Amino acid sequence: MDRLSFLRKPFFWIIIAVAAAFVVLPLWHNDVALRESLILAAVYIILASNLNLMIGYAGYVNFGSIVFFGLGGYIGVFLIIDYGMQPFLAALAAGVVVSALALVLGLGILRLHGFYFALATIGVNQAVQSFVSNFTPWGGASGIYISMSAYQLLGGPMKALWTIYFLMVGVMAVSLLLSYAIKTSKFGLGLLAIGQNESAAGVLGVPTPLYKAMAYSVSAFLPAVAGCLYFFKSAFIQPVDAFDLSFSTEAVVMVMLGGQGTIAGPAIGAFLYEELRGWLLTSATFSNFQLVIAGAILLVIVTFAPGGVMGFIHRYLPKSRKFLQ
Amino acid sequence: MTDLLEVNNLSLRFGGVRAVQGLSFTVREKEILGLIGPNGAGKSTVFNLIDGIFPPDEGSIHFAGKEITGEKPYRIVRHGIARTHQIVQPLTGMSVLENCMVGACFGFENQNLHHARETAFEVLKLVGLAERAEHPASQLTIAGKKRLELARALCARPKLLLLDEVLAGLNPSEVERMIAIIRGIRERGVAILIIEHLMQAIMSLSDRIVVLNTGQKLAEGLPTEIVHDKKVIEAYLGDPNIVAKLANGGAP
Amino acid sequence: MLGILASIADGLLIGSVYGMAAMGLTLIWGVMNVINLTHGAMIVAGMFAMYLISDWLGISPYAVVAPVAVIGFGAGVLIYWLSVHRMMGRPPLMSLLSTFAVNLVLIGLGTDVWGTELFNVQVSLPGLSFAGYTFPGTHLMAAALTGVITVLLFLFMQKTRAGKAIRAVAGNREAAELVGIPTTRVLALAFGLGVALACVSGALIATMFPFTVLSGGAYQLKSFVVTVLGGLGNPAGALLGGVALGLLEGLATPFMPVSWTSVIEFVVFVIVLIAFPRGLFNFTFRRS
Repeated sequence: MDRLSFLRKPFFWIIIAVAAAFVVLPLWHNDVALRESLILAAVYIILASNLNLMIGYAGYVNFGSIVFFGLGGYIGVFLIIDYGMQPFLAALAAGVVVSALALVLGLGILRLHGFYFALATIGVNQAVQSFVSNFTPWGGASGIYISMSAYQLLGGPMKALWTIYFLMVGVMAVSLLLSYAIKTSKFGLGLLAIGQNESAAGVLGVPTPLYKAMAYSVSAFLPAVAGCLYFFKSAFIQPVDAFDLSFSTEAVVMVMLGGQGTIAGPAIGAFLYEELRGWLLTSATFSNFQLVIAGAILLVIVTFAPGGVMGFIHRYLPKSRKFLQ
Repeated sequence: MTDLLEVNNLSLRFGGVRAVQGLSFTVREKEILGLIGPNGAGKSTVFNLIDGIFPPDEGSIHFAGKEITGEKPYRIVRHGIARTHQIVQPLTGMSVLENCMVGACFGFENQNLHHARETAFEVLKLVGLAERAEHPASQLTIAGKKRLELARALCARPKLLLLDEVLAGLNPSEVERMIAIIRGIRERGVAILIIEHLMQAIMSLSDRIVVLNTGQKLAEGLPTEIVHDKKVIEAYLGDPNIVAKLANGGAP
Repeated sequence: MLGILASIADGLLIGSVYGMAAMGLTLIWGVMNVINLTHGAMIVAGMFAMYLISDWLGISPYAVVAPVAVIGFGAGVLIYWLSVHRMMGRPPLMSLLSTFAVNLVLIGLGTDVWGTELFNVQVSLPGLSFAGYTFPGTHLMAAALTGVITVLLFLFMQKTRAGKAIRAVAGNREAAELVGIPTTRVLALAFGLGVALACVSGALIATMFPFTVLSGGAYQLKSFVVTVLGGLGNPAGALLGGVALGLLEGLATPFMPVSWTSVIEFVVFVIVLIAFPRGLFNFTFRRS
């Protein structure tokens, strides 16, 4: 009875509509520039909404979430080039491997509380980056170049770029739906309880170590998939980009900006931030300022509006709580 | 009545302080056992030991025949023990209903969301919070939060309920209401281990009483026995006039 | 063999400076339960302050240490008001993010102005030669100054009114307020002090090694490792932890490439956290 009730929820259709817009708009005018801009937005949305599972639901700040993206990229690209695997399958495989690793790692580092955990996530990223930089089968510090021939797997470069784009939009939609599904599930209820008050949650029976590790693992899956798709499309992957800490820092800002703990929040935050960032990069005076602006935004949000954009919307339009989560 | 909870020779030290020493007592099915003692006697520590928050240095705890000593808190609930805290811990970002649903979902019966919702409503009605179900937990008064704490523990469908000073900070009419609720809980077949400072309340509620002093059991027995026990009077009640008043059912 | 001993001895000297940096971090945590994520940026600020003042004004680097401490203190108080004051009473996540935000702003501004160039503070100080190995004069001086500053800090905390006020607030903030201690000002003071320590350690590091705007990250990590080794809120432990870390680095550097030191430190950090949550050098046993 309850299985298909989500079809009646307006929010489900909002997500579908947004994904459809992402698909239709660039296709309509064969607008490649728009597509490139939107694929970046999609990547940000994927990273932010999966990061939200840790920050907004479980209450654990993950500063190094980029490691999932980068590692997924490396594993996926490796599978495609060395084994000729279909990119879609390679992406899924990368996702599975990375989230399995995350589960094991999570059981260890999630014993650390709040701040220590945040620090450990940075360390994990740096450790993986160091390792990959010294790992010659994966190109070491200079990275891997993907030759044009690899795109024949998807019917040639032109087709490949569009296919990858659609796949990425699909991953984005799945990310948002996943956040929604978790939030309305028993697992989600337990996670949210942990985020509110971990010791009280434990006393109430929530299996905290397992749930935290599961959240960490789940939050790794889709970013890893996205990483594989993104770096395959970029035809080049190197450690400095794949494990760029400032990128996952910006993801934290996006989550807070949009409203942690909500579903639309990270997506809105990601979108707003990406627009801002794009504008900053093209403006001559501000090109190095991007992290400064990010920091300033974060400070303002944390000090004056910890609920972010969604918190703001929910406060001034209480009715919106029902259909925009 | 069979023994539900068996505490045997329990000891715990914090640094140089012996918080609990060689403590043994039992709680029988469907009984209300009162735990009293001066401040710092170790009462809340006993709860923390039963609940798995600290493992004991010595001794064992058995529940319904199974040993549960030192198990993690989230497993203790699955055995059928739920507790409230002296300082209430509502999940402030959630609604009253959601707070209860957490209790129901992860409690003894491990219910699904749908079932948990029903249980939550049922229990909220019992404690009189049903109209506040959708309100954020943070908006309740202190009395409301205490009732929520109680409701949340009940939603776990426990066989044994640990109540830690549920009456503290309530005015007389709220106290009366809470006492009625507690009696109602026992009618439904739940055993209760209750820590309380309100003498009159705990004397009238409890079937039996255990008195703790500096971590050790000072006395055990029926309320009427305790009230006349010399050791208890000396250590705790102090003034024999208070004792006489209590024995006659008046206020201390 | 002697080479390793020399490396270790040198590591101990450098480690004491790490200890001082960590003291700043652990002081702030101990007093107000805030993790200061601007710590790394403030170490770098100290480095640049040392460089700018001594280079431009041609003053001997070691005379610059005191002014750097004062500047650091002022900066610390400013950061407190900007990003920490309002976070008291809110969940720790918030102060984590607010100090992190300030850090972003500082590093961003820094890279904008100075890029990623390497800077160096010129110090000519004779070294100490022993059994064929020379210990750089800068290292010896830095360790000596660290010792002096540590003693001064200890005296401050134990003997002055302000120091006692800080300890009171650290022990029980509400009680301190009831007794009439102006807690907000004390918190600002403590924060300023913690940042001053970070800046001074940065200044001393600048006399020993070259640096860039981004060097803060590595030293911040070291500070966290040291803080964890020593137990949060335990300044004496921080000093010991720093020396221990210096020892570890001294042992490791002859054997492995520099890029791996950070990784090793991180691994040590996680292991210590999981196995010794109260730190290795925490001598007060407290449960719960």
